[in-house]
Amino acid sequence: MSTLKTILNTITGNVEQPPRICKKCNAEIPYEDYLANHCICPECGAYFRMRAVERLDATVDKGTFQEIDRKLKSKNPIDFPDYKEKLEKAEKASGLTEGVVCGTAKIDGIDCGLFIMDSAFMMGSMGTVVGEKITRLFEKATALGLPVIGFITSGGARMQEGIFSLMQMAKVSGAVKRHSEAGLLYIAVLTDPTTGGITASFAMQGDIIIAEPKALIGFAGQRVIEQTTGEKLPAGFQRAEFQLEHGFVDLIEERPRMTYTLAKLLKLHQA
Amino acid sequence: MADTKTAYERVQAARNGKRPMGSYYIEHMVDDFVELHGDRRFGDDAAIVAGIGYINHIPVTVIAMERGDTIEDRMKRNFGCPEPEGYRKALRLMKEAEKFHRPVICFIGSSGAYCGIEAEKRGQGLAIAENLYEMMGLKTPVISVVVGEGGSGGALALGVCDTAIMLENAVYSVISPEGCASILWKDASKAPEAAEHLRLTSYDLLSFDVVEKVIPETGKTDREICSALKTVLLDEIKKLSSLTTEELLDHRYQKFRKIGA
Repeated sequence: MSTLKTILNTITGNVEQPPRICKKCNAEIPYEDYLANHCICPECGAYFRMRAVERLDATVDKGTFQEIDRKLKSKNPIDFPDYKEKLEKAEKASGLTEGVVCGTAKIDGIDCGLFIMDSAFMMGSMGTVVGEKITRLFEKATALGLPVIGFITSGGARMQEGIFSLMQMAKVSGAVKRHSEAGLLYIAVLTDPTTGGITASFAMQGDIIIAEPKALIGFAGQRVIEQTTGEKLPAGFQRAEFQLEHGFVDLIEERPRMTYTLAKLLKLHQA
Repeated sequence: MADTKTAYERVQAARNGKRPMGSYYIEHMVDDFVELHGDRRFGDDAAIVAGIGYINHIPVTVIAMERGDTIEDRMKRNFGCPEPEGYRKALRLMKEAEKFHRPVICFIGSSGAYCGIEAEKRGQGLAIAENLYEMMGLKTPVISVVVGEGGSGGALALGVCDTAIMLENAVYSVISPEGCASILWKDASKAPEAAEHLRLTSYDLLSFDVVEKVIPETGKTDREICSALKTVLLDEIKKLSSLTTEELLDHRYQKFRKIGA
């Protein structure tokens, strides 16, 4: 844990990580316990949204992650008002330069490409840099013959980059397709929340799609559906279990078993 | 010649109930049109009209969003907002076009993919995702024309193409100006301001290299616009048909690859 703590301290500027408070049951969880319990509340079992660095620590073989395009930063392609300030704020709050971390790593000894979205940076929304980083990751994995595992969480396309954000959905889809045509495996892990343009592109393009329990996964926003149709949403609507029941995810896996399951699937796809 | 409409005036023009939609262009541009229905999975979505016909003796597959004219017709077509079945019908017919090496022409004009409980149950997100993915590799020319409102992912699901064309007063955006204003200022009535900021007009998108051609509308009748569009389409079909499949797909990949690279 100590390596991770160091990384977290550097990105958040905190010497000591404060305890985490559970939104469901208000339990106060010391950070060490929180990490040891896979960012799940030990009292009520609620899943916290994992930071990319926490996910990385829980998933890859120690010391094998090599980050790519770490320095890539968003510009303001349509000169959207207050966007620059918003980006600076997101950077400070998250300790990241953008909403996705990409690189290569080993999982249980198997090499793979990895992208991990982080909702602490503008809800993991996709602008040009998120789109470009994920595209480059797929292109790199295609060139190296590596499978890709993506941990997804995103509010959708980023409004502040207008049409450029929308077009990233097509751009990434192209790179996913080329990766697939090279006979390579892509596993999408959908975590809370996965919505909008992300669901309508690479979240749903995995050979295998895994969801975390109770994760919100859907295209249209719940409030928008209620306002448009005047209908009351059924209990559990757009949750992982709903998506499993309707045939859109392959399996739901609990967080403590996620790495084990990923390793098993990676092994099953090795020639 | 460009006129001087504000962005929001163009949004209103794109949404105007009298503005010709997909069916108009099929009627006035496509000969011997045979409409083909259904996604062969679940149903037939009337928000998308699709089929085969000729443009100047060249067989083409046409896939068009259509909102309808009368109130009954509009309700039947969900006011032009496609359900998953619409996107699946579109993909099925694109695959058919690929098999017979026929160019595909898509007409886009919709506020967005239908948003509702049933659409979610039947995989609205997946339906769009599959179109983006499959269109990237479709081995036949695809030309997309935004004739009305190009509303986000629901529009892009027919927008992965070799050549993107917009009518002058069409708009194409990641979010509606009203949605944008609600999020930014908690006030949908500031949509005109949001429309300016979103850079969603045909000339904006032309300057960003997101679309390749704009068809002027100012001072022209619907028939004249249709005829000018037809000329451009024929030209593009000819150009794209001369490419090898490999060149075509590489060109399509690069067209999107360079956006925000």
